[in-house]
Amino acid sequence: MQSGNTMNIIPSKPHAQYEREQYRRNSGIPELWALLDQVKDPEIPVLSLWDIGILKDVIQQGNVVKVIITPTYSGCPAMDIITEDIQGVMDDHGIEKCLVTMQLSPAWTTDWMTEKGRNQLRNYGIAPPNDVVNGEGQELNEDTQVLCPHCGSHDTRMVSEFGSTACKSLFQCNSCEEPFDLFKHI
Amino acid sequence: MTQSNSKQDLLTYTVRLGDDAIILGHRLSEWVSYGPFLEEDIALGNVSLDFIGHAQMYYTYAATLSNEVGDKKAEDDFAYLRDEREFQNHIIHELPRGDFAYSVVKQLLIDLYNKHYIEELKSSNDETLSAIAAKAAKEVTYHCRRSKEWTLRLGDGTEESHLKMQRALDDLWGYTHEIFEQDELELRLVAQGIAVDSASLKDKWFDDVKAIIEQATLKLPTSEWAVRGGRAGYHTENLGHLLTEMQFVHRSFPGAKW
Repeated sequence: MQSGNTMNIIPSKPHAQYEREQYRRNSGIPELWALLDQVKDPEIPVLSLWDIGILKDVIQQGNVVKVIITPTYSGCPAMDIITEDIQGVMDDHGIEKCLVTMQLSPAWTTDWMTEKGRNQLRNYGIAPPNDVVNGEGQELNEDTQVLCPHCGSHDTRMVSEFGSTACKSLFQCNSCEEPFDLFKHI
Repeated sequence: MTQSNSKQDLLTYTVRLGDDAIILGHRLSEWVSYGPFLEEDIALGNVSLDFIGHAQMYYTYAATLSNEVGDKKAEDDFAYLRDEREFQNHIIHELPRGDFAYSVVKQLLIDLYNKHYIEELKSSNDETLSAIAAKAAKEVTYHCRRSKEWTLRLGDGTEESHLKMQRALDDLWGYTHEIFEQDELELRLVAQGIAVDSASLKDKWFDDVKAIIEQATLKLPTSEWAVRGGRAGYHTENLGHLLTEMQFVHRSFPGAKW
């Protein structure tokens, strides 16, 4: 059941997100970007690398494709798998040489996550960072309330600031009693 | 100074920062499945992974630098194929995990140090170190918050938790001096705007620690003993035991893949 709470949010696009979209649009190689949309985050398989904000750039130089990605958290163990998945997709589409480079700066932020990605997270049962009731980016504490991705209630409690992966915190809904993860703002 | 000597300095410094991170990260990982309760177990695993991630970034950069000076080491070589005298971590990172109070106090002292250290490293003249610091800084913020919360809760908790926290603080204090001291190599890099001048951070760190310790109803130690030598490769017996665990698989099955 969806309560009215989620409907009251007026989405506004962070500047960083707008810039990313413009960059992609003006890149001149839309087919390569589209190809990379097939690569999903191995931990959250509904999210593409683009939608989560890991994908920074694609460059074509002759028959070599360079893909630049950035890690979410320093110790994210998914980066190696992501690199292999990118090379796999490129290989399947006849691109013989694909170099994947890790770029640390500027550091990844959840602000780069797309609107589509945020909706997909919510549908998957993970609250996106903007579903924190008192505002995205506020420090988490025991009073923090998050819209429950299952029933939409904001009557929730934080079970633990740390969850099953570095990027998530563990919450429970007091209304429907379901536990859920919050994708932390960083 | 020749350019290659200068690069060798940078390589050594980068490896040192990696050593601090990997040793502490491994130490924290020992808590996994021994945490006081499930959520805390997960939190300790998360924090451990952050440090191992920092170590990986430093060692990856060190591998690049080592290729430039003709040494050709890979990142795993730094973590898994060096012996204890070759590790140059500050000693506090290798101390055993002890009881939960001991780990909490150790983290508090180190997290608050990193808060200032990483902030300074962000403005290093070396682009890669600066980028690693910018990445790590986000994680250091919540490490500090976590350590502070636990210190307040346990310090100002029951009689027993208070006693254990005070004992841990007294036992750890002597290991905090060397983290603000620098050898010739680091001073050369400080002069080039590459390394952090850690001595200049001590007062800020002390004020942070003092405020939290006092709020937690604990007393700052007054004893004057100090243990030094980590950056020169002198260690306590704890490091050898840790490396035995950490390096076992890599050394027993060279080149293993899965």
